[in-house]
Amino acid sequence: MMDFSAIPASLPVLWEGMQTTLLLLVLGVLGGVVLGTLLAMLRLSHNPLLAGIAATYVNYFRSIPLLLVIIWFYFAVPFVLRAITGEDSPVGAFASCLVAFVMFEAAYFCEIVRAGIQSIPRGQMSAAQALGMTYGQSMRLIILPQAFRKMTPLLLQQSIILFQDTSLVYSVGLMDFLNAARSSGDIIGQPHEFLIFAGLVYFVVSFAASQLVKRLQKRLTV
Amino acid sequence: MDYNWDWGVFFRSTGIGDEIYLDWFIAGLGWTLAVALVGWIIALLLGSLLGVLRTLPNRWLSGLATAYVELFRNVPLLVQLFLWYFLVPDFLPEPLELWFKQDLSPATSAYLSVVVCLGLFTAARVCEQVRTGIQALPGGQTAAALALGLRTGQIYRQVLLPQAFRIIIPPLTSEFLNIFKNSSVASLIGLMELLAQTRQTAEFSANLFEAFTLATLIYFTLNMSLMLVMRRIEKKVAVPGLIAGGK
Repeated sequence: MMDFSAIPASLPVLWEGMQTTLLLLVLGVLGGVVLGTLLAMLRLSHNPLLAGIAATYVNYFRSIPLLLVIIWFYFAVPFVLRAITGEDSPVGAFASCLVAFVMFEAAYFCEIVRAGIQSIPRGQMSAAQALGMTYGQSMRLIILPQAFRKMTPLLLQQSIILFQDTSLVYSVGLMDFLNAARSSGDIIGQPHEFLIFAGLVYFVVSFAASQLVKRLQKRLTV
Repeated sequence: MDYNWDWGVFFRSTGIGDEIYLDWFIAGLGWTLAVALVGWIIALLLGSLLGVLRTLPNRWLSGLATAYVELFRNVPLLVQLFLWYFLVPDFLPEPLELWFKQDLSPATSAYLSVVVCLGLFTAARVCEQVRTGIQALPGGQTAAALALGLRTGQIYRQVLLPQAFRIIIPPLTSEFLNIFKNSSVASLIGLMELLAQTRQTAEFSANLFEAFTLATLIYFTLNMSLMLVMRRIEKKVAVPGLIAGGK
């Protein structure tokens, strides 16, 4: 039968894994949002070449599995670095996974940011420009702050999905929360209990976060 | 880059039987399609049922469907797959457990686990789409159907669902595409679907960039063609009178 008594003793190891998961999540979201915002601006620009490049990027990353992206970058990042620096620089699995998440999530964040910008009334831009602001200033000071306020719930929702998706780094052996739970369980000989515990933790965190997002959504409705 | 590209690799022998690497990719694509399509059937049937339950006035039934959705949406897909593959068989009645662990080939037991897992996982998402579709319909539809003397079952079957499904084709399409992409997690329990075959080719041939490029192209093409097909269907069945329906 189930015996969960070994879990308290393993909590430090599990917490270490969770720190990796959270670090990957925070850096992935930050990088993804920055790159995604740049992509969204490109997609909305009047230059068809720039808009086309951004659209291709987004379609490309949205049509392949995240797992494939992770494995691609796991192999490719060290290789590319060697081509750039000319020497073998050891890149850990963490760096490769982070690059994969930033590039992949940027495609999804781009679409959220784009929808956010497009939901701002056109008059806001005209008014800003009538005040003598440049395009960059109007974007930075008028449009983006409003757009980000509108899309905060969606960005958070996407981050919750990313929190769950970080578990896929299991495929390249990175010691995230899931992997820490799996290996601890295997060592102790209680793989089932540790797996159930991992699922429970993921559930509690994601469920609580999505309830918070729902509340926030009501408050942020413009 | 000091990398020797060699696209001829796919036509070279794998060293196992008289297979070439391309055969591996074709076999992998076959598994990917088999996982995604069967998983989708489960997701669509169960998801529609749950979606209907969520719109019923009965609090127990809609609460049950809500609990299902929350549970399956808040646990990572990979954790769910591990639970189905490693844990659930141990809790089956003994004859079933023995059948699963001893009689089935490893490929079949991995396949069954991943199909059930993806089907139930995606059902939670389909449920939400179906619910949104039903709730997007004007309340007058139900009122009119009631006035005509239809019963609840008839209202859903003949009035609400046919319209709801036509409205939600775009979000359903992205779920349909997702299930193809998500089927790649099957590689982590040893099913030799497309991604697993790609990794195996990369390891055997040492031409890893070619292998990953081909896999990327296959997923990309699969996605784009499915999207085009779904767009045509969407146009064909659009509900007249709505913005999406044109004239």
